[in-house]
Amino acid sequence: MSQPALLRLSKVSKRYGTVQANHHIDLEVHSGSIHAVLGENGAGKSTLMKLIYGVEQPDSGHIYWNGQEVHLARPSDAQALGIGMVFQHFSLFETLSVVQNVSLMIPGKPAELAQKITGLGDQFGLSVDPHAMVHRLSVGERQRVEIIRCLLLNPKLLILDEPTSVLPPQSVRRLFETLRKLQAEGMAILFISHKLDEIRELCDTASVLRGGEVTGRVDPREHDARSLAQLMIGREMPNVAHAAPRPPGEERLRLNALSHPRASRFGTALDGIDLKLRSGEIIGIAGISGNGQQELAALISGETRAHEPGMIEIMGKKVGHLGPMARRKLGFAFVPEERLGRGAVPEMSLADNSLLTAHSRNMLSRGFIKRAAERAFTRECIQAFDVRTPGPDAEAGAMSGGNLQKFILGREIMLNPDVMLVSQPTWGVDIGAATAIRRRLLDMRDQGCAILVFSEEMDELFEICSKLHVLHKGHLSPALDAAETTPQEIGRYMIGAET
Amino acid sequence: MSGLEFLLAGTLAASLPLLLAALGEMVVEKTGLLNLGLEGMMAIGAAIAFICVYHTGSHVVGFLAAALVSTVIAMLFAFLVIGARANEVAAGLAIGVLGLGLSALFGKTYESLTIKGLPKIDIPVLSDIPVIGPTLLTQDIVVWLAIAGTVALWWVLNRTKLGLIIAAVGENADAARSIGYPVMMIRLVAVAFGGAMCGIAGAYASTVYTPLWADGMIAGRGWIALALVVFGTWQTGRVAFGALLFGILSLGELTAQAMGVGLPSQVLSSLPYLVTILMLVVISRRRSGLI
Repeated sequence: MSQPALLRLSKVSKRYGTVQANHHIDLEVHSGSIHAVLGENGAGKSTLMKLIYGVEQPDSGHIYWNGQEVHLARPSDAQALGIGMVFQHFSLFETLSVVQNVSLMIPGKPAELAQKITGLGDQFGLSVDPHAMVHRLSVGERQRVEIIRCLLLNPKLLILDEPTSVLPPQSVRRLFETLRKLQAEGMAILFISHKLDEIRELCDTASVLRGGEVTGRVDPREHDARSLAQLMIGREMPNVAHAAPRPPGEERLRLNALSHPRASRFGTALDGIDLKLRSGEIIGIAGISGNGQQELAALISGETRAHEPGMIEIMGKKVGHLGPMARRKLGFAFVPEERLGRGAVPEMSLADNSLLTAHSRNMLSRGFIKRAAERAFTRECIQAFDVRTPGPDAEAGAMSGGNLQKFILGREIMLNPDVMLVSQPTWGVDIGAATAIRRRLLDMRDQGCAILVFSEEMDELFEICSKLHVLHKGHLSPALDAAETTPQEIGRYMIGAET
Repeated sequence: MSGLEFLLAGTLAASLPLLLAALGEMVVEKTGLLNLGLEGMMAIGAAIAFICVYHTGSHVVGFLAAALVSTVIAMLFAFLVIGARANEVAAGLAIGVLGLGLSALFGKTYESLTIKGLPKIDIPVLSDIPVIGPTLLTQDIVVWLAIAGTVALWWVLNRTKLGLIIAAVGENADAARSIGYPVMMIRLVAVAFGGAMCGIAGAYASTVYTPLWADGMIAGRGWIALALVVFGTWQTGRVAFGALLFGILSLGELTAQAMGVGLPSQVLSSLPYLVTILMLVVISRRRSGLI
């Protein structure tokens, strides 16, 4: 290639404490190209993007822009060059309107900005009402606002960090169309993802990251998902072949017209939710986070009390008025989506974290803690669930997301629950650990446990669930048979096109 | 003077220390910090202002010195919280205690001394209106400036880009940082503003509203101002309304005592504080959806 690359990284390294997040990364991005950065969680993708966007500075190595070496001390330096970034967790302000959000970054009168927003929206399929308040927008619309905000800075390089992880399938299609239009205009796009099919469909180059190093540079269109995955995780993709489920048994969890008003301004009210979960079955609740998932999980776990005892039944007993402890005594277990703070106490050791929910397992004697029993339980959990940690005394907060999730799930499974609620089981967990977690859930099902799974990952739900519901704006769809429905149909429920 | 006239004439002045301190703290809290040291910052401002006015006879000097010294104390808070990452509750309480202590120390030799307050301004035409003319509409210069300042603050917070930036920093500091705003600097300026407002509030209390020095004369008004920010749900207009309400309450208590209402004076004196607690309970219950 005669023209220098728009962006070139040469031997860029970054270390956080003992962790080498990026090591000797070489990367070239050209105008008019959609370049994928592919890697598991913890492979160093986010760190790399922070270096390119000037949020962090590399320990060593060089960054070149149009062939000139540059130093990016802060995001505004990157913006000045023409680098725009759309964050995974949006950097929008919910209490402000779309125009106000944009005007925080772009100079200009509100009326002019509103016009520009509408104009860009028409040009690239990014329609959004400039005067809407952000907290009223759907996730897809919020992402459009982020992209518009970036485009108003006339970037030459647009970085998208896991842009599809929060979108329903229909919105993903739309986003891809937008990105192709931008590519045709000559823009370079860095597309960070761990979703292989999307990368194969959209990108013309892929750099694969593993353990902080670039392990491959490929044309993703010439590889199948399996060989990309192998590059990404460094070994064969584990298989989740599993026996077909036996017919489900007796009813273990039941929601009867469960309604609950919203607790805060940005909360979601739940509206007449009916659900039946039986032993030996896994039911999945699909839907984008923020549609009532947290509220519903809190009501089922007992953290929030229902208005009437009969709205929730566990093991045939009305439990709406009971607290979490009483529900756990009936054989209920819960893996919350927030690992630190709800699933585990970050400052406490794993052993003490075991005690929190497993104290009934002979860990107490007249109110005193039996340290030996606590440690034995923890050690067993660490071993049985392949938790990678120095031992029971390790602090929960110091563990990686995937390892901590394996520990929390293991702790709950070891209680032999009859009913289990698992919220976002594989959020931020790498492929290997995610596969192991899904296999565990299927094992539990085969042993007769009734499991309710909340997840944003549709592939995951189709893989392990026999029935699916979709939660949209606090309303639960009817049960859909996983074998008969399609991601498209689920997607229509997710955006409220069907109810 | 009837009870009503007394209320009309005095409410604005009685509300003013509360209003200024609360508006300053509101801006601090809007940027995402919490400074609990209001009481101390008001007290040191009151002491410094009184000393300056006592020696120079100039209220301008007194107010400026009070604003400056309270800002310095607020900067100590900012240094602890933003620079040294100390716990903001502990740091706020600590500088509050420090301010109270310093005010007692500096004010010791001035105990029970008095100075001249500020004259009430007769505005032609306005002062001639019956009933409210000589009462409500005859105020000192600081009251008029405070009213103008409140309107200006509302305008800045709700109609300007600066207000937008303050709201953005308070709502999501990480996002604000990621789009390139100097979050630390904005918070620093907000804390300084909050300090200066407390200083002026204290100065008004000790050199205009009751122009004499007594140790502990702020008497919990810093805490009420803190509660007013919550009461006003961080909105300029409502905070100002709350300050007026408590101004009336504290005067009403005096009126009631003067008219010989058959309640012990201690009960009447505790009224504003009781109402504060009640208001906070009502507001937090409403916010958690129980009412």
